[in-house]
Parts: sequence; C-alpha cells; structure tokens
Amino acid sequence: MTGVVMVVGVARYLGACLARVLADDPRVDRVVGVDVVPPPTELGGVEFIEADITTSAINRAIARSRPDVVVHMNILATRADAGGRVPQKEINVIGTMQLLAACQRSDSVRKLVVKSSTAVYGAGSRAPALFAEDMAQNVTARSGYEKDASEVESYVRGFSRRRPDVDVTILRLANVFGPVIRTVLSEYFVLPVVPVVFGRDPRFQLVHEDDCLDALRMATIQDHPGIFNIAGDGFLVLSQALRRAGRLPLPLPSLGHPVVRGLMRRAGIADMDSVQTRFLTYGRGVDTTRMHEVLGFKPRYGTVDAFDAFVEARARGGVLDRDRVDALDQVLRSFAGLAGAFGPGQKTADVAGDRHG
Amino acid sequence: MGEGAGSDASEGLDRLLTFLKRRLNGDFSVDAFGFDPELTEAVMLPALRPLYRHWFRVEVRGIENIPASGAALVVANHSGTVPVDSLMTQLAVHDEHPTHRHLRALAADLVFQLPVVSDLARKSGSTLACTEDVEKLLGSGELVGVWPEGFKGVGKLYSERYKLQRFGRGGFVSAALRSSAPIVPCSIVGAEEIYPMIANLDFLARLLRLPYVPVTPTFPWLGLLGLVPLPSKWMIEFGKPITTDGYPDGAAEDPMVIFELTDHVRDTIQNTLHRLLEERGGAFG
Repeated sequence: MTGVVMVVGVARYLGACLARVLADDPRVDRVVGVDVVPPPTELGGVEFIEADITTSAINRAIARSRPDVVVHMNILATRADAGGRVPQKEINVIGTMQLLAACQRSDSVRKLVVKSSTAVYGAGSRAPALFAEDMAQNVTARSGYEKDASEVESYVRGFSRRRPDVDVTILRLANVFGPVIRTVLSEYFVLPVVPVVFGRDPRFQLVHEDDCLDALRMATIQDHPGIFNIAGDGFLVLSQALRRAGRLPLPLPSLGHPVVRGLMRRAGIADMDSVQTRFLTYGRGVDTTRMHEVLGFKPRYGTVDAFDAFVEARARGGVLDRDRVDALDQVLRSFAGLAGAFGPGQKTADVAGDRHG
Repeated sequence: MGEGAGSDASEGLDRLLTFLKRRLNGDFSVDAFGFDPELTEAVMLPALRPLYRHWFRVEVRGIENIPASGAALVVANHSGTVPVDSLMTQLAVHDEHPTHRHLRALAADLVFQLPVVSDLARKSGSTLACTEDVEKLLGSGELVGVWPEGFKGVGKLYSERYKLQRFGRGGFVSAALRSSAPIVPCSIVGAEEIYPMIANLDFLARLLRLPYVPVTPTFPWLGLLGLVPLPSKWMIEFGKPITTDGYPDGAAEDPMVIFELTDHVRDTIQNTLHRLLEERGGAFG
C-alpha cells in the first residue's frame, strides 16, 4: 500500500492530472494536493491544501497531512508560467529547498518523487548524441531553466545524503506532448509560420502526456529509487515535425538574437528564452536504456505518435497539411497519367480501366 | 523501344512523386544520431557520385575486409584541406560493398558548430567524435569510420603529404576494445592533391578561430573557382581487419595495449600508402 500521497503543484495541468489519477488508484489511501492557488478544475477525491512552497507553509502542510510519498511537480519550465524569470527561479530553487527541508524534518515521508527534465543535460554542439543518466555533470553552459533543473537535482541529491532512509526517484522527462497539454514547444508548432534556425535541424524526443502520467504513477506506487530518463521511442527532426504538422518554416539566422526574440514576443508569437532557443538549434537526445531495463517502463506512444496525437488535436489545417499534399499529389499524378498515355504504365492502365467501367 | 522508355519515365515519375509526398508529409524516420537513410541514399550520395566516378576516378580495393554485418571500426588517414576524403570513403563503402553498408563517420566538433554543415553531417549518418557516441554506434552493430589525425591531417602542408600525423591518444582503439569490434585500416591515396596547401595563414586562423586558413595554388587567388578540387586519381584500400577480442578485461584502459594497437594500425596504413603511391604513379594520371 502506498498510504498518503502528497502532490505538490496541482494547479497546473500535469500535477492536477496526476493527483486525479492517484486518487482513483485503489492502491493509494489518500491524495493531498498542494499549490499556491486552487486548481482551475475539480480534483475529485483529492484533498487540496493551499500553501506557498517558497515559504515554510509547506512545512506545516506536511506536518499536518503526514504524507508517505511526496511528488514534486512544481518545477516550472518557462518563465511565462511563473510571471517572469525571477519568480520562476524563486519557485524552482527556493521552493525545492523549502519542500526538501520540510521532508527532511518529517518522520512520515519515506519516498520522494521528483519530476525533472532532460533540460538538465543542456543542448549544444559538443553534446553527445545520447545523454545517459550519469552524464548530467559535464555540461557547462547553463542558464535559466536548465540551471534551475540541475540545481534542484543537486539539492535532491543532498537531501538523499541526509535522509538515506527516504527513497528518491528522479524522472527526467523529455518534452511532454499530447492532445491537451500546452507548453512553449507545443504552442510553437501551432504557429502558422514557424521561425527556425537556418541550416539547423535539431533532433528531439517527446513523451506523450498519458505516458508521462503513467511513469509518474509507477514511480509513486512502486519502489524504483534512482534517476531515469523518460522519453518515447524514436526521434523527430524539426523539419519533419513541421511537415507532419503542415507548417511552413521561416529560417532565421538565429532565434536567440535579441532583435528576433523581441519581434517574436511583440508579435505575440512566442516568448522563448535561451534554453528554448538552444534546444531548437542543437536538439537533444537521451538514452532510455535504463527506463526500459531497470525501471521496466514501456511508453505506449513513440515520439512520432505523441507528436501526431498533438497535431490531430491542435494543428490541423496548416498550409502544407497532409490533405493538401495528398490532393496535390493526385493532381500531379493525373497529369502524369495523361502525359504518359503512350506508355503502358501502371497508373495509365488504372485510369483507362476506370473510364471503361 | 519507345514504349519501354515511356514506361521507364512514368515509373521514374511515380517513384519521384511518392518520394516527394513522403518527404513533404514527414513520413520518414531518423535514428538517434539524426541519420536519415532515405535522404542519404536518394539525394546526398547521388550528388557525390559524379565527383567520385568521373572526377576522382576512385578505385576501391579490399572491400571484402569490411564485414557483411556487425560492428567494425574503419580507421583512415585524413588529408586534403577540405575533408572530402571522408565523404568519398562513405560513398565507396556504400557503393562497392555487397550489402551496401553505411559508414557512420565521426566528425570534429567544428562540424557541429557550423550551420548547414552540421545538418548535412547528421543526416548523412555522421556524429560527434566522442567516446559515448562511438560506443553507442559500435554497440548497435554499426560500421563506424574514424579519421584519428583530425585537423592535423587535413590541414597539413602539401610538402607533408602522405606522412601520417599523430593518431591522437588512441581513443578509437579503446572504443574498439570495449566493443570487441575489429579495426579495418583504410588507406586513401589521392585526397592530398585535391587542394594542395602551400601555406597556412596562421594569424587569420587564430583571428577566425579556425584550425587553419589555407592558401593553395588556386585559392584564394581565383575566388570561388579556387574551390574546385584538382582532379587527382584516388585509390582507397581497406586492409585486413585487426581483431580486438581476446584481450583481457581492462585492456581498454591499458596504455600499453592501446599504444601498441594504435601503432600497429598506423604503420599498416603508412605502409599501404607508400605501396599505393608507387602503383598509382602520376597524381593526375
């Protein structure tokens, strides 16, 4: 039995979904959701506690509800979510410190699950093609969210040194995609014309939102201490993703230049910081061997499936939509069929057959 | 005759349309290193083929020394100011080998700093020359190509031609040892003459943070025309594989074993180069 589970960060989409999923799970006695504001949707059987994790209020919340498992979902990837870089860093770093301090003092907590991100590996021209879990230390240039995520992880490592009796699972998730979730990356692919870096075609992996929740639930209910990369099988390159979404690319010399960034922000296109622009320049790949073999987690959706699920729900009707490409192909084929009438090609035979029939 | 040509043409058109539709819809797949086999076979290799066949008239020997399947590490000499030799070796392996294997080349980090170049490199199967990537590739049974001289080899002066430079620290040998992959020595003759580098503008190279800025008989004097490589005659010979299994555990960290194997590979390539040069005669014959 898993006992009482506390999910920190339930006002946001994934946190709320996870809390609901856990509340419906018969193996969990009780689910307590914590956030600084109430969740926008009803959480079903989840008991909500309003507390700011950047203050000692989280300590009181833990002392009162005595959770067995704490799931930390409150690491924000984008500054827009927090209302700026300063509050983002405050929530990520100070929030984690307060939460860990509260867990350290608690005698009920026996497991901590942290939703981290593959952003801890950074992105760059010198990066290996696949990052394994033990390769997070040798990345140098870090700023913004990448820095937050690796600082959070280093505090978590410190916590597990001080409380060796508490199992710690860190899930480093690739970008989460799916029909519902909205992230900077998903909104980027909804743009009618998508700015890309000229001469670059970054590779990336995605994890479907359902798989993301499954992995977090698995880490919460079963005991799998350790660090795991979580990503769907297979890869996408940016140009391929844009074509699957029927979007037109707009090559720019750089997405990171202040002028480009300012124009994009002012046009309401996207508010991208250096972490996102580096990702969209160099891409990133992570090794999921440990997820398959040690964690025993098999994602139901591959990277391409997760992206297609998103496209089907959010990004149909682009300039180069699949239907238009198919129609164009049909038109060209019928022209070619007429032009090739003097040759007994397969196509012309079919056309002739149709006419007779 | 006319009918045959017509059906060929419409079949060709059919294939082209199917290909374009697939590309436009994004219905293709890349591997973890960004390798796009379809694009490589349909666009990149055909673009290099005229250069390979008619300009450099590449003659390939010992292709049977590359295993039909499974991991192997091809180690070759590097030269020519612009690393055309790695592209030609990739094409040689693909075209001449009975199972048309793809040689996964390891490239310097400069390649991945440059736009366009980095993109083409990844799509054609190259990746960064770092231990993690080599071991991943060899571990998944790929044929990997490495040019251990690096920029010391490509950027050397014409007067130093066919003199092998230092083979780094033998990182490629320890990677092969760890994966028990055989090493196939590869000697390339002809690449030295394509852009004979008579001087290196050291100060400019430092200013631009490039490994070298070449001066050749045609570059920069003839501008863009100076970028046309000279039509030297090429020979690529793959030598007998050197096995790396049968070493005790920990051999991959043993400097004695590594230096011995590195020297063995280097000497094999150097000796083959001398022999091939004698056989070839004139550089542009």
